[in-house]
Amino acid sequence: MAGLTCAIESSEVGRKVVLVERGPCIGGRIVQMHKYFPKLCPPTCGFEINLKRIRKNRNIDVLTLSKVEKVTGKKGNYEVTIRQLPRLVNDNCTACGECEKVCPVTRSDDFNYGLSETKAIYLPHQMAYPMRFAIDGNVCDRCGACVKACKYEAIDLEMEARTHTVRVPSIVVATGWKPYDASKIDNLKYGIYKDIVTNVQFERMAALNGPTKGKILRPSDNKEPNSVIFVQCAGSRDENHLPYCSAVCCLASMKHATYIREQNPNANAYIFYIDIRTPGVYEDFYTKVSQNPGVTFIKGKVADITQNEEGRLVARAEDVLSGKQTSQTADLIVLACGMVPEGCDNLPVDVDQNGFMIAGDLYPVGVAKRPIDVSGTTQDATAAALLAMQKP
Amino acid sequence: MDKKLGAYICTGCGIGDSLEIEKLVKLATPKVAICQTHPFLCGKEGLSLIGKGIDEGVNTLIIAACTGRAKQDAFLFEGKICERVDLREQVAWSHKPNDEDTQALAEDYLQMGIVKVKKMNLPDPYLLETVSRAVLVVGGGISGMTAALSAAGAGYDVVLVEKESQLGGYMRKLAKQLPTKPPYEVPEPPGVFQRIKEVEAEQRIKVYLGAQIEKTSGQPGAFEVTIAQGEIKETVHVGAIVLAAGFIPYDPMKLDHFGYGKYQNVITNFQMEEMAKEGRIARPSDNASPKAVLFVQCAGSRDKNHLPYCSTVCCRTSLKQTRYIRENDDKASCYIIYKDILSPGLGESFYAKTQEDPGVFLTKGVVTGITETENSDLIVEVKDSLLGSSISITADLVVLATGMVPVAALGEEIEGTCDVKDNIEVPSDAIIKSNILNLEYRQGPELPGLKYGFPDSHFICFPYETRRTGVYAAGCIRSPMDGVSSMTDGCGAAFKAIQCIELTAKGQAVHPRVADLAYPKIFTQGCTQCKRCTVECPFGAYNEDEKGSPLLNPTRCRRCGTCLGSCPERIISFADHSIDVVTSQIKVIDIPEEEEEKPRILCFVCENDALPALNLAARKRLMYDPAIRIVPVRCLGSVHLVWITDALSSGFDGIILLGCKHGDDYQCHFVKGSELANYRIPKVQETLDRLRLESGRIEIHQVAIDDYDKIPMIFSKFASKIQEIGPNPFKGF
Repeated sequence: MAGLTCAIESSEVGRKVVLVERGPCIGGRIVQMHKYFPKLCPPTCGFEINLKRIRKNRNIDVLTLSKVEKVTGKKGNYEVTIRQLPRLVNDNCTACGECEKVCPVTRSDDFNYGLSETKAIYLPHQMAYPMRFAIDGNVCDRCGACVKACKYEAIDLEMEARTHTVRVPSIVVATGWKPYDASKIDNLKYGIYKDIVTNVQFERMAALNGPTKGKILRPSDNKEPNSVIFVQCAGSRDENHLPYCSAVCCLASMKHATYIREQNPNANAYIFYIDIRTPGVYEDFYTKVSQNPGVTFIKGKVADITQNEEGRLVARAEDVLSGKQTSQTADLIVLACGMVPEGCDNLPVDVDQNGFMIAGDLYPVGVAKRPIDVSGTTQDATAAALLAMQKP
Repeated sequence: MDKKLGAYICTGCGIGDSLEIEKLVKLATPKVAICQTHPFLCGKEGLSLIGKGIDEGVNTLIIAACTGRAKQDAFLFEGKICERVDLREQVAWSHKPNDEDTQALAEDYLQMGIVKVKKMNLPDPYLLETVSRAVLVVGGGISGMTAALSAAGAGYDVVLVEKESQLGGYMRKLAKQLPTKPPYEVPEPPGVFQRIKEVEAEQRIKVYLGAQIEKTSGQPGAFEVTIAQGEIKETVHVGAIVLAAGFIPYDPMKLDHFGYGKYQNVITNFQMEEMAKEGRIARPSDNASPKAVLFVQCAGSRDKNHLPYCSTVCCRTSLKQTRYIRENDDKASCYIIYKDILSPGLGESFYAKTQEDPGVFLTKGVVTGITETENSDLIVEVKDSLLGSSISITADLVVLATGMVPVAALGEEIEGTCDVKDNIEVPSDAIIKSNILNLEYRQGPELPGLKYGFPDSHFICFPYETRRTGVYAAGCIRSPMDGVSSMTDGCGAAFKAIQCIELTAKGQAVHPRVADLAYPKIFTQGCTQCKRCTVECPFGAYNEDEKGSPLLNPTRCRRCGTCLGSCPERIISFADHSIDVVTSQIKVIDIPEEEEEKPRILCFVCENDALPALNLAARKRLMYDPAIRIVPVRCLGSVHLVWITDALSSGFDGIILLGCKHGDDYQCHFVKGSELANYRIPKVQETLDRLRLESGRIEIHQVAIDDYDKIPMIFSKFASKIQEIGPNPFKGF
């Protein structure tokens, strides 16, 4: 979102932009969200407007599956070397989908955080841009079935990696984030009990284009959960994991509680938190969710999760200040894991103690710079468009 | 322009397998100069086929292939009229192959495309005679100064208006600012003074101090602004405006339940900051150095009786102020009574560092009462504390962490000006006469607020969009935020102002129809001064002349077409979109005779959300009723009621409209469009009832872009309802 916004905004004042994207399509993590807080509106709604702006735009050169390898020069005149991995599908592709039908190989679907599979030749998602299939070169066995099925000579299994060299006056870094690895938080038992999922996985479970077609089911038995616990600050605000606050998890879990309640009006959601952080008018969303009779907020940091004799999950929490203890059983537990900066090794940019980038000659934006919500990311990206225009 | 039409039909992606292409060619051939087919039209060979046609003089193209949302880069023919007829998503991928109803659908869409290009014209953009490229920044606080400096740094002239006698806003009143640098643990000397120097040194910025804006008239690219500096008045010309007028602290006199105004030693966080800045921290009653200071968080914030929102910076401000106290006297203790400590993101380090201080005690709790002792100490009752259900703390100074009120919220609220002749119920917007911009706009002098007076955007994805084109809000007037965010915000708003100027200079629309060159043209002689267009425009693009006729300011226009939809005299049109274009499309649709028992349903869809949703349904190969004929519109607000009556008189059995969600969490990209359609449609339904034509023949639905699985069901339910109602009695007349 940060990079996309900055690229589009800049291009609309007539600037030429090279947009370097590591994945097969642009849009980052927002397209993996089911809804945005606080409006509970689909992220693809605003994304579509951005796609509309980019589709006819001749000022933006989008390089997918690409990574910056080297930056030389200085502010005002950089030379950037970009390596682009082969997509194995060229721009003849019409996204008709015939190739996918015949592909015999499957891969884990990273779009669904591993909760489902795609074929080795896959459309990243239904609103992908570029709207073209891609082949996962790591799993494809080059059987050639797709080549035969494609009527448009769009598949080129011999395609090779390319190197692009571009000269630009400014560099904006919008490398984004990845979810914190929940399996590192031993006491929260992610990966040990099947019915403990992360917040980003939960988002996919609620999405219509997700692994369960939008039905929230607990992974162990595919049953609708009647009670769900949200563990806030799962690894965040914690010296042993992420010392910082990820800024969005409180609001995200409240949003998730509304998903549960909408799908199953009898279900209960329990949110264990240290502090609820809903800055500005987000407070209204907190007010709204706390009025929902099935949502309970409990101040306390979850210390551990166990399974009782009936096989249900039990979360035990302790208030760090008062030492009070509580526990709660549930069918499903969602870990509100924080954001970790994705970073990029080959850029001349300084980082802080947590790996977030510091503004200098390059302009970091969005979560590359600090944990922030979508609106703040867009604000940042728009501002960077003007920073990149400053005269020397 | 003499049109030479070329129709190009793609047979790839299943289109050819599903339709009798020869029939389509036969249908189009008499109506166009060239009609050709290709199995891969977007490929090199297909495109060169079209290129050859263009070389032979084709200047008006009908591309009957996939959805217009796909392959736009391939089918981009600048300077040519081009209409995309969707035979892939809307026909082949969503209907039974090789079926007469599917074939009829394709034929209708092709005919609609041909008639559309015949009726539409290439837009000639609205170009201002002179474009002012200067940016007006209202407010000389940290957001405004950053906006001014960043605009100037990109080569734009800036006019900066500040109502106080000096620059700096609230930031200059701070003793220290919140940490902005890693490790984000230590308060810093305020950076605002450096900014002030930079502004003063920047040649491109003209600063007006002690000044107010008396009047703002005109439109983006050509605003005329009267600035009053005492008795002196000056008029400046600017292209766009950054509104960074800031906030005022919440009035502590309203917090008498915390003893403010009653007890001398209850002060606000703003007063504490002033004391710290003066370097003399003392309690007001006896000038003694305080030994026990208690901070009441959310004093008047997150409180439905005061400010319902969170002011974002008060928690970190109190954390910072504990340092002042502790540095002043290392034996003094601080207590912070909070609901939640808000130190989001990297602010957590600052909170963690403060927690390490043994002299600072933090507890969650609710302050229920404050009383004063004989020696002016204060006894603070705290309920629901983590340390006990009810405790009392004795402090010699109490600091109320009060929040921010945007200056846009200050003033009298004016009623919506809804004196429309035909008594149509138009929901009007609350505008507060806050005396900031004093816009000479028919709809009111300031920006419509979103909530609590913040002229913030409703859009998560587009935070700078306001309801007044060319005016971009930044800083604490837009939303409560800290200094770093205010600076970013000022820079972002300045960028949007520059972008607006540059697009306007080229005659292009701004968000969300960037690059659209068409704009509304009004045949004023036909106007009856009903004022609907001027009242209903979501962006206040219209003023009125003395007679009450609309005066369009084209560069304020966002091209939603709401005015086109509102005009009972049908005198508003765009070059490429008009009453006639759509009416002609409706009329060209073949309506089978009643005996054939093939109903026809017309469907207007919002092209921003409902249309992509339909495309997504097609991608999933979800089938829907072939009786439906889709007409995409730029917004449901642009649907003219005459299209509905025309459709009924042509024999359509039902009409369905799919638009965006409206109400508090609206998703309409033009804010009001779908809501207006929901006001207008019931009027038609009433008329139908009067004519004894069932009002159930018309339905309007709210669909989001991810409701693609629901749309086929909405269609099939509606189709069976129409089946029940029976055929339109006007059929065949």
